[in-house]
Amino acid sequence: MLAYAFKRLLHVIPVAFGVSIVCFLLLHIAPGDPLAAILPADATAELQAQMRALYGLDRPLVIQYLLWLLRALHGDLGLSIATGRPVTREILGAMVNSFILAGVATLIGFSLGSLLGFLAGLYRGSWIDRLASSIAMLGVSVPHYWLGIVLVIIFSVELNWLPATGGGTDGSGGRALDWSYLRFLVLPALTMSVIPMGIIARTIRSLVAEVLAQDFVQALAAKGLMPRQILRHVIRNAAPTAISVMGLQLGYLLGGSILIETVFSWPGTGFLLNNAIFTRDLPMLQGTILILALFFVIMNVLVDIVQSAIDPRIQRN
Amino acid sequence: MQTPPAIIDIRNLAVTFRGGSRKVRAVNGVDLTVDRGEVLALLGESGSGKSVTLRSLLRLHPKGTLIEGEIKVAGQDVMRLGRRALADLRGGTVSMIFQEPRLALDPVYRVGDQIVETIRRHMPVSRSEARARALRLFEDVRIPSPESRLGNYPHEMSGGMLQRSMIAMALACDPAILLADEPTTALDATVQIQILLLLRELQTRRGLAVVFVTHDIGVAAQVADKVAVMYAGRIVESGHIADVIHNPRHPYTQGLLDARVELAQGSSRLRTIEGAPPDLSALPPGCAFAPRCGRVAETCRTVVPELHSGSTSVACFEPLRG
Repeated sequence: MLAYAFKRLLHVIPVAFGVSIVCFLLLHIAPGDPLAAILPADATAELQAQMRALYGLDRPLVIQYLLWLLRALHGDLGLSIATGRPVTREILGAMVNSFILAGVATLIGFSLGSLLGFLAGLYRGSWIDRLASSIAMLGVSVPHYWLGIVLVIIFSVELNWLPATGGGTDGSGGRALDWSYLRFLVLPALTMSVIPMGIIARTIRSLVAEVLAQDFVQALAAKGLMPRQILRHVIRNAAPTAISVMGLQLGYLLGGSILIETVFSWPGTGFLLNNAIFTRDLPMLQGTILILALFFVIMNVLVDIVQSAIDPRIQRN
Repeated sequence: MQTPPAIIDIRNLAVTFRGGSRKVRAVNGVDLTVDRGEVLALLGESGSGKSVTLRSLLRLHPKGTLIEGEIKVAGQDVMRLGRRALADLRGGTVSMIFQEPRLALDPVYRVGDQIVETIRRHMPVSRSEARARALRLFEDVRIPSPESRLGNYPHEMSGGMLQRSMIAMALACDPAILLADEPTTALDATVQIQILLLLRELQTRRGLAVVFVTHDIGVAAQVADKVAVMYAGRIVESGHIADVIHNPRHPYTQGLLDARVELAQGSSRLRTIEGAPPDLSALPPGCAFAPRCGRVAETCRTVVPELHSGSTSVACFEPLRG
């Protein structure tokens, strides 16, 4: 078990290396000059060259990459071109906000999705199944930025119960465990939970149905187990796949959602990324994408390890 | 002195599957009795209703299946048992082994834990007592290094060993009746013989009543005291195994005996029964075997023959050997 975990963790290194190269190159391949955003259109060639040298953009690509990598390994992702603040600190702050939003959305989406999926799988073909499956289908089909706007119209504009945009106590950016902070979370978290809810409900529905169709379920009944005890076996059999799907969904959510964070002006990584794109903030973009990509890689490894702990057949190879 | 009542007593059993658009009558009026310590082989080809009859003893059918008739097992009326009482019967008084042990065991639980689970479901014992009992069972079914094998997952065992584990699990709570649904069909020929011998040995030692479903008349001859031959949901011939094999009276039984591979070794071709089993949702009005039968008479096509007793009981208007 530990050996397997260690082996999987070792695999992260080459992947992380590849990710860093892609992140770095992606933005150099993209058209447009990053300096154009901060320099006036009539800046002299001399000034442009000066700025280019300041950001190291005049050096060969390989050197630029190595220097960037070396600094990145020390936690220094450079200064934001737009704000002049350290990229690392900006990203970390935004990540905490994204995590909070994702955490709440996960809680709602996973529990609701698991419940719906289980009921649908157990009572396949009944009205319960049709209702649960319809909700799940709606969840994956409805565009969530649109749903977000609809929720804002209902609960903020019409009913005036919840704030439409912003985050933190009275929008100041601070965090607290009280209603003045949490009320900002409700609408974006609800909006965000809809897609994972649908995906997880559908996954678990088919998993449960698949397990129930297997011979051993009948064998369990034949040895006298009550339905509740049989259910335990069904859950244990469905769990490895369900967890890997949940892990990926959690990864998506933790990475922040550009659309939802933009609709609700939630100060997370998605919001940060969106601003960085519009201001052509090269170091900010590189840093954010790198950290989000690495985060995904690590998330995948964790899912693999947890999965192997639950399903004994996986460790065999 | 009165003879003790049979441990299994089935009267006029009919099972109808209602899934899908058509009703399928898989079992159609079956009477069966099995005494304590007796082994009955249910013989027939796929779709003859032998497995369905077997599963009826535990009411192990998909939801919506209609079961009619009387089923008495070890003094209990199976048709009238509530959910809890039925679950107590399953695995406690009557246990079952399956055709594919690899599919019949939960792949993500250790084999030992699955046996312990069964024991603790039916007996008020501690985990360690159940564990010790599981170890003794593994020794009984002669699994080598039983201690460590208990900790194996199903995918870590061979087919023969899995079937031994399955047998150990079935015997875990000292049942009076063992139901075996083609338990050796999925195994290699050599392993098959070992499992049959093991079953026969355990059956004798524990005085088990066994219902053994098989399509292989050779296997039936090795394990059974009595045999009931099924065709299209009915019993067409039943009696002592030696009588049925040496003096078959139903043309279908004769056909099964002729179709054995062992007999074909001398001659060039295997003798088979012409045609295919009938569609259970559209049975012919008379004897279901009539369209394939060489001795068919006019009445066979219109009237269903009753089971008549003789040296063996047979349901046929034109039986062989009177």
